[in-house]
Amino acid sequence: MDWINILIQGGLLGGFYALFAIGLSMSFGIMRLVNIAHGDLIVLSAYVALLATWYTGFDPFLSLIIVLPIMFVLGYALQRGLLNQTLAGGLLPPLLVTFGISIIIQNGLLQAFGAYDHRLQEGQIETASLKFPGGLSVGVYPLVVFAVATFAIACLQLLFYRTRLGRAFRAVSDDADTAELMGIDNRKLYAVALGIAMIFTALAGVLFGIRTIFAPLSGPIRLILAFEAVIIGGLGSLWGTLVGGVALGLAQAIGAALDPTWQILAGHLAFLAILIVRPSGLFPRTRD
Amino acid sequence: MQSVHVERATKTSRVFAVFAALLLAALVAMPWWGDAGDMRLVGEMAYYLALAQLWNLLAGYAGLVSVGQQAYVGLGGYALFYLTGEWNTNVYVALLLAGPFAGLMSIPVSFAVFRLRGAYFAVGTWVVSEVFALFASLIAVLGAGSGLSLTPAILREVSSHRDVRDAILYLLSLAIAVLVFAIVYVLLRSRHGLALTAIRDSEPASASLGVNTFRTKFIVYIVTAACTGLIGGLIFLQKLRISPEAGFSINDWTVVVIFMVVIGGIGTLEGPFIGMLIYFVLRELLADYGTIYLMLMGAIAIAVMLKAPFGLWGWVIQRYDLQLFPVGRRLMLAASEGPFKD
Amino acid sequence: MMLLQTQNLSAFYGDFQALFGIDLQVEEGETVAVIGANGAGKTTLLRAIAGALETAPEAVIFGGQPIGHKTPHEIVRLGIAMVPEGRRLFPSLSVEENLLLGTHSERSGPWNLKRVYELFPRIFELRRLPAPSLSGGQQQMAAVGRALMSNPRLLLCDELSLGLAPVVIRDIYETLGSITAEGTAIILVEQDINRALDASSRFYCLQEGRLALTAPTKNFDRAAITAAYFGL
Repeated sequence: MDWINILIQGGLLGGFYALFAIGLSMSFGIMRLVNIAHGDLIVLSAYVALLATWYTGFDPFLSLIIVLPIMFVLGYALQRGLLNQTLAGGLLPPLLVTFGISIIIQNGLLQAFGAYDHRLQEGQIETASLKFPGGLSVGVYPLVVFAVATFAIACLQLLFYRTRLGRAFRAVSDDADTAELMGIDNRKLYAVALGIAMIFTALAGVLFGIRTIFAPLSGPIRLILAFEAVIIGGLGSLWGTLVGGVALGLAQAIGAALDPTWQILAGHLAFLAILIVRPSGLFPRTRD
Repeated sequence: MQSVHVERATKTSRVFAVFAALLLAALVAMPWWGDAGDMRLVGEMAYYLALAQLWNLLAGYAGLVSVGQQAYVGLGGYALFYLTGEWNTNVYVALLLAGPFAGLMSIPVSFAVFRLRGAYFAVGTWVVSEVFALFASLIAVLGAGSGLSLTPAILREVSSHRDVRDAILYLLSLAIAVLVFAIVYVLLRSRHGLALTAIRDSEPASASLGVNTFRTKFIVYIVTAACTGLIGGLIFLQKLRISPEAGFSINDWTVVVIFMVVIGGIGTLEGPFIGMLIYFVLRELLADYGTIYLMLMGAIAIAVMLKAPFGLWGWVIQRYDLQLFPVGRRLMLAASEGPFKD
Repeated sequence: MMLLQTQNLSAFYGDFQALFGIDLQVEEGETVAVIGANGAGKTTLLRAIAGALETAPEAVIFGGQPIGHKTPHEIVRLGIAMVPEGRRLFPSLSVEENLLLGTHSERSGPWNLKRVYELFPRIFELRRLPAPSLSGGQQQMAAVGRALMSNPRLLLCDELSLGLAPVVIRDIYETLGSITAEGTAIILVEQDINRALDASSRFYCLQEGRLALTAPTKNFDRAAITAAYFGL
């Protein structure tokens, strides 16, 4: 029974990882941009929420009302002001510019908050669990987050396939040149895309910040986890990313059960194994 | 019929070669005219220059933008400490083995990461480095989380006198920098180098002309890893301690190196020199400002990427068509029609 | 009124010059053909007009305004639409979604989904299918429809007949009449000169980026055209 609890816990962790991955997935799918600062933006969101809770007395869930719009605007401005200029230059400019942004965010946070760990406190829900017969125990918070992740992906699918904006996103992702020839303002669209991606990134940051401590330099590991979820699931498929997140969580749970210090490593090894054995991931869809 | 011949060197590069030789002689003589602090600094500049040349070869010529080269720095360092500590290997022998060890480890790594392209390749190499760091932090014989230290006995193998030791380590840094530069230079002047320049300019085009891009990149990746491992061994020999965090630090061994190459001019031999000098000047100037200097570096890198993506030297090349290290080939026509470049 | 005018239009791909000082005019509602061999610069000309290539602002004048410096999407909003070479429908979108893409320029006019389906009845049944599953001819119709959905004053058609069977080409060309009946001007770029010349009132012949010949098509000596086409 213990093993089942461990596996459930690991699988639910996938909900977090999927949320991490959504922003990265959108960036790459629509703009062909891999945002190295993605993990740092997740952490930045948590710090923004921290500030929001300090100044308004809101709890973290409520602070989302403030955090999400702020991060949307930040994403829009970042793409419009900076990242759009890197798109024409090939591989290096976007990579190095987002790398530079990552360094700036990390050190900016260090300056502002110091090298201390912080956490967002949501109260009872953090430790509550649902008990089932047979010794089965499922954490309420991870379950809620998994539900949020699923709901988020469902909303995005709706956006992509049922709305005018989503249609434009898909067209630009297919063929940016022709999309522009059809009257789509690519630069503005990319900015909106990053803004929307940042909403999910911020959501991920806040929700994870309730579960785990964060510090200015916690960004890179989050980027790596998001990246692993995307690759394991397969590029181009949001539902695939959810499965990828679950797979990653399961690998980590199994590793942790063998020895707690092996958790992250187990995830990395699973990722490398998939890379060697089935590089296009479990549910690949993107045409490049 | 005009006769045609291929020229390698230009007048500028010949002048520069003389200047460079003089500078090198002065640096080699430093143990006699400089103090320990100077030697430490120049030694550091030397090994950073070597790391920058290697990253430039990898990313600027072979198109392999790796954000995980710190893996090989750490592997080289740990190899040195492990061999001297556990196996009582002579320190020089251990240093010589550090490079090949890292090179060997890069082979299975390449199987995994070469599946990825572009920015995904970059993050993949980063993951690999994290894996090595995690292993190092979990294995007891490698000191686990706290790492390993060099015993005084091992240091005495370098030399029993402190001054001599400083001088030897300094000269080794210099030697490695020259060696790495020589390897990169010879490689770029060779047929492989021509292939690399072609890949740098256009990978699909060069592939269609019959350049074996995969094999070329594979060789470059392994050679770079081995050289990086050697440098890593030397770095930690000087630092006397190694830990997973320090050995595999992305900030120390990758961020700074990328900054140097990008600011100086990626895809050129001269670029890393310039970038390295700029970095050290900045570091001295901003030493008192803590993390601000890293933020500034990040901002400068962004600005350079947006406004001058070929770096300072790239800008110079565009303006003045200079080349200090002659790796190009100029097609000379006998008649006075002027040279056709490359 | 002169709808479109290019003045000494030159265009470059990096260092390579693809167009050398082209002067071209299109009146409201007119159909004009641009012919020439492969590599003559026909597609480059259309792309320059559509804004996909950077040109001097005054080099392209549309409705009296210089547009050479404008971005493609701004130009679509002004009323120029492109049917790109090779169709270039969006593979992830269904046929109808491709058509709807044309409405992103937010121009009003006679063309909407209903009218496009009336013009091309064959694609109506296929409208929910992914674009790549259509035949070449059907895709071409969809591409034209997509451009029409932006209610252009000027339609740029790049090689409508590329890779299509003669019967299909004939069907597509027959619809051009309904398009010009709405007052839309058309620039027809073709390698197959007969169709283009039959459908147009004037033609321009390009040869290696330069204007080799221009005249009204009616009764014009085909031998002279062939000579200009091949640069003889």
